[in-house]
Amino acid sequence: MDSATSDARTPLGAAADNGLKIVVVGGFGVGKTTLVRSVSEIRPLNTEETMTKAGEAVDDISEVRGKSATTVAFDFGRITLDARNVLYLFGAPGQERFWFLWDRLFSGTLGAVVLVDTRRIGDSWYAIDRLEHHGTPFVVACNDFGGPAYTPRQIREALDLDPHVPLLDCDARSRASAKQVLISLVEHVKGSYGTQGPARLQVPVPHQELAL
Amino acid sequence: MSRPGRDDSPDRLYTLTGGRARSAPDNPFDLVTLVVAECDPATGMQSEHAAILRLTEHPTAVVELAAELKLPVSITKILLSDLLAAGRVSARHPRAVVSDPDVLEQVLVGLRNL
Ligand SMILES: Nc1nc2c(ncn2[C@@H]2O[C@H](COP(=O)(O)OP(=O)(O)OP(=O)(O)O)[C@@H](O)[C@H]2O)c(=O)[nH]1
Ligand SMILES: [Mg+2]
Repeated sequence: MDSATSDARTPLGAAADNGLKIVVVGGFGVGKTTLVRSVSEIRPLNTEETMTKAGEAVDDISEVRGKSATTVAFDFGRITLDARNVLYLFGAPGQERFWFLWDRLFSGTLGAVVLVDTRRIGDSWYAIDRLEHHGTPFVVACNDFGGPAYTPRQIREALDLDPHVPLLDCDARSRASAKQVLISLVEHVKGSYGTQGPARLQVPVPHQELAL
Repeated sequence: MSRPGRDDSPDRLYTLTGGRARSAPDNPFDLVTLVVAECDPATGMQSEHAAILRLTEHPTAVVELAAELKLPVSITKILLSDLLAAGRVSARHPRAVVSDPDVLEQVLVGLRNL
């Protein structure tokens, strides 16, 4: 079956029974695939979903034939957490015209990482709007592309970020840094669900504030 | 690496699924539902069905199957629901509660051990 030419697939253990999802979202070239690659146990794979223009998953192939459908590519990686739990990381484009991709494909997600390049902060506004709208917990991670060094406060203001949302900096190329971003997200998620009251009353302390 | 599905003409997709592409809302598969083969591929089986049975010898997520088959996720889900209906695969759906503190703790432990 598996030919020598295909990538050696790393199969999951027989007891694996619970898939979890985290979405990494952000503008073009902000480092989504790099972050996924840094922590994934498999080479990131690429796949696609076909949607009607109205944003529905195609439910009649005639829509594909009639070209009223559009295709969105996304990539993903995988982390085996333990014998039963497997975490999938999805890198998804953050542009407005892809909103249906997140709405349709990422329901039930644990949370999201919004990657931000401080030279193009506005690229992440739309993603943040959508996540807030959905009530999906998220953290914001700033990649250092050598842009101007803003203070965390300046970045929070520019993003109009709720005070409870963790803001970190990261180097998506570094496994340790990418891992820390994911840990911060899951801690944040835990904190958000951990209390009866609204999540925004929680003020988790970010692990790594931006350098001033 | 070329993007999957690029050379798939709609006609090929049409043939694969017998004209159906309905994957929602009645299709139970999530992107991360883990699929496990319950039988071996047999001769005469549709080649995509046989390919899925080979790939799911070990638990494999829907999205990984789509990537390996180079088919859109929605088409993969249709193929899977046929196999599921025929009892040829079983499906391990994600546990509904992502807010379950026990699961979140397991995720944290797993991440810290990376
Ligand atoms: N300096 C720096 N460069 C980075 C970082 N993360 C990614 N890069 C570089 O930025 C480029 C784009 O990274 P990708 O991971 O392809 O970005 P992407 O968001 O997946 O891009 P698209 O999918 O095309 O939108 C690559 O050359 C990376 O090496 C980072 O944290 N710091
Ligand atoms: Mg990418």
